[in-house]
Amino acid sequence: MKLKKMDLILILVVVALAIGGMLIYRGFGAKEAGTVIVEVDGEAFGEYSLDENHEILINDTNVLIIENGQANMYEANCPDQICVKHKPISKNGETIVCLPNKVVVTITEAEKSELDAVID
Amino acid sequence: MKTRVAYFGVFTALALIFSYVESLIPINFGIPGIKLGLANLIIVIALYKMNIKEAYVLSVVRVVLAGFIFGNLFSIVYSLAGGLLSLTVMTLLKKSNKFSLFGISMAGGVFHNVGQLIVAMVVLESLNIAYYMPVLLISGLITGFVIGIVAGEMLKRLQNLRI
Repeated sequence: MKLKKMDLILILVVVALAIGGMLIYRGFGAKEAGTVIVEVDGEAFGEYSLDENHEILINDTNVLIIENGQANMYEANCPDQICVKHKPISKNGETIVCLPNKVVVTITEAEKSELDAVID
Repeated sequence: MKTRVAYFGVFTALALIFSYVESLIPINFGIPGIKLGLANLIIVIALYKMNIKEAYVLSVVRVVLAGFIFGNLFSIVYSLAGGLLSLTVMTLLKKSNKFSLFGISMAGGVFHNVGQLIVAMVVLESLNIAYYMPVLLISGLITGFVIGIVAGEMLKRLQNLRI
């Protein structure tokens, strides 16, 4: 069985799409990461800063821990535990998803403060 | 007619066993959704050995049964979307006669992942998870290629099989 010309075109197209997609995300991301957004069933649950340590209980189903500038799903009551096994996220655009509980955790860019510094 | 039913049963049993074997392999890439898709091997074989209608029925039957045995209702919905989109694309590519078994199998792997991600986007009402798309495209390509190699070897040995 040999590869046909169309097979190679298929491979190239898919690889190009994948690289393109990655570059787009790099373009959006790679800046100062900042805010952790938690959504449940498509609705906003809460926003938290990556710089501060938090332990967030999401609807009694998931526990998200923000520590050392990383967000990690610490506990979930779903059977597959895929979100718990997911590596901690910190970069802009990274996501942890818990499908059974419809929880989406996303990192987005920090909103720039309008003030450079505040002096008492 | 009798042998058709028997072969259909064998194919279903094989697909279920592959689903089981797959659930035993404890690979975790840190990214959900990446797996070999061993059961798709049977679907590829069915694509070449059965007619289109039977391949679709086999695909649905195996997803529903495997879902009830090894998964849950969620996994059935995701697998069904992935399986049907993948089979539809593979059928079209096979009809075009411009792709080899590798191309068809790779397109199947890629669109299996794409179908599941689309359902995930709809269920979660979130576009953010498109972040996974590049990884899923490449992993679908690789697993599809592996499945293509194995399916090629199997089809060589199944040349005398007439269903």
